[in-house]
Amino acid sequence: MADPVTDPVQSAGAAVVVRESSGTRVATAVDHVFRNPVLGPLAALVLACVAFSLFTDNFLSVDNLSLILQQSVVVGTLALGQTLIVLTGGIDLANGAIMVLGTLVIARTAAAATGQVTALLLGLLVCAGLGAVSGLIVSRLGLPPFIVTLGLLTILQAASRLYTRETVLVEEGPLTLLSGGGYFLGRFQVTAGVVVVLLSVLVLHYALTRTAWGRHVYAVGNNDLAAKRTGIDVKRVLLSVYVLAGALYALAALQAFGRSPATSPNAFPTANLDTITAVVIGGTSLFGGRGTVLGTYIGALIVLVLQSGLTQAGIDPLYQNIVTGILVIAAVALDSITRRRAR
Amino acid sequence: MNGTVLEARGIVKRYGHVTAVAGADFDLRAGEVLAVIGDNGAGKSSLIKVLSGDVLPDAGEVLLDGERVHFRSPHDAQAAGIETVYQDLAMAPALDIATNLFLGREIRRKGPLGSVLRMLDVKEMRRQSREQMDALGITTLQSITQPVDSLSGGQRQTVAVARAAAFGRKVVIMDEPTAALGVRESKGVLDLIRRIRDTGIPVVLISHDMPAVFEVADRIHIHRLGRRAAVVRPGDHHMNEVVGIMTGALPPPAAVAS
Repeated sequence: MADPVTDPVQSAGAAVVVRESSGTRVATAVDHVFRNPVLGPLAALVLACVAFSLFTDNFLSVDNLSLILQQSVVVGTLALGQTLIVLTGGIDLANGAIMVLGTLVIARTAAAATGQVTALLLGLLVCAGLGAVSGLIVSRLGLPPFIVTLGLLTILQAASRLYTRETVLVEEGPLTLLSGGGYFLGRFQVTAGVVVVLLSVLVLHYALTRTAWGRHVYAVGNNDLAAKRTGIDVKRVLLSVYVLAGALYALAALQAFGRSPATSPNAFPTANLDTITAVVIGGTSLFGGRGTVLGTYIGALIVLVLQSGLTQAGIDPLYQNIVTGILVIAAVALDSITRRRAR
Repeated sequence: MNGTVLEARGIVKRYGHVTAVAGADFDLRAGEVLAVIGDNGAGKSSLIKVLSGDVLPDAGEVLLDGERVHFRSPHDAQAAGIETVYQDLAMAPALDIATNLFLGREIRRKGPLGSVLRMLDVKEMRRQSREQMDALGITTLQSITQPVDSLSGGQRQTVAVARAAAFGRKVVIMDEPTAALGVRESKGVLDLIRRIRDTGIPVVLISHDMPAVFEVADRIHIHRLGRRAAVVRPGDHHMNEVVGIMTGALPPPAAVAS
């Protein structure tokens, strides 16, 4: 038997050929640009930056922009993991708690002088392992991710406090420099953390758009029955997504040290909701199957830009939360409307 | 040219106390369109699910090209060259046509880009998708890069059928392909079925749509009470007779039509 795809071609001699006229080709190209899901969030980010640079003096300063980038590192990395899970039609309520436990494990192991590398590996093992636990429960038992990760969140919050009640201090060393150290380009500080988060975005974007695994992630989130029927191992794809997300949470834990060497079980109380905010504002559909990691990172930046800009404009921080909340609802509403249109 | 491609003997499938298939036989020959008809609950879907690997039979055997096969999943059947187009189409609506055609069978780039970086050969997949559409004479699709959710029901069906035709090396099974379509769109799908047959791949068509069955089928397998009641040629029998056999109002003819 010859190639299954080309085989029918030879036998169907009188086939009509599909021709795309140049007119429709331009139309599709334009359509593609407007369909590009990163466009909306990017426009919002640019708009916010322009507005704040007009209304405040310091917003566009090099110091401020470099600060915003540094602030984006921890939540941005966490949100990448969240994006993967949301793309499969799930949600992770435990990612902040997984990261916090990760920081505690790394800090205590490092403080006990067991060695920085051991600490790092142990942290990675704990975070990816917890990701695997949710992944296994979701894929094998078919339980809803919302409930599974809610349970995990509750367990981990208690477990972290049982593990250590105090704040653990990590002295500056290779571990903190790994994420906190950096270079100055003029006055613009490029920390290792910023480089790592940007690289993570690019690598994940590649994996999602240019590999079969990425297409399977979208397919599972889009229509898992269809994915199964085309021969995709849905359970394996789900498990891989949760484990990879766990590994990203470990990376976020490491970067948390670079920002502050003091780790406590009470740190990052809003991190989880911040990641959901970033994912949603970044244009990823909570219904699964649509979205990008580029959008998510831009979404994380939008939230930080709003906070920074409104602070500099002298607006009460409580109003910042109100604005962020409105933005989240607006983003989900937009997604819901475009989905309904598509049907 | 008239050898049997897919055959089943004495298939039994029970669900609890209900016997859906009670010792059914089935045969599909090279180069034909075989319609499978039967009343609701006659067990035709269960029989088809056995053939496409969706369910395991409790008894009986399935033979592909004369050799016994044991399908434990749709994947096994696909690997053996049997493709099924499901009634609720198996597609990811947010992904484009070419991506859906190659879903689960992606082609990677040659060399280290593919083997190390696992990079997909998007161009090649699009080229082959276009080729496949051209070969089947499908002209209703604007562009291979359109997302599936921008297509009409008939266009989606066309894509699903094209995928099955591209990868079904031995058999293409279609479950009610015209059920959700208008008259014109149905006609397009029936044309497609003929073209697939003409490329040498036999087609199993499960349908309630009698005019469509009589238009396109070479033989009609009539299923009744979990068994094959008869196999007839559409030219030898009137539509009313066939419906009569299907509902039990008429006795089935003794011989299986060849």
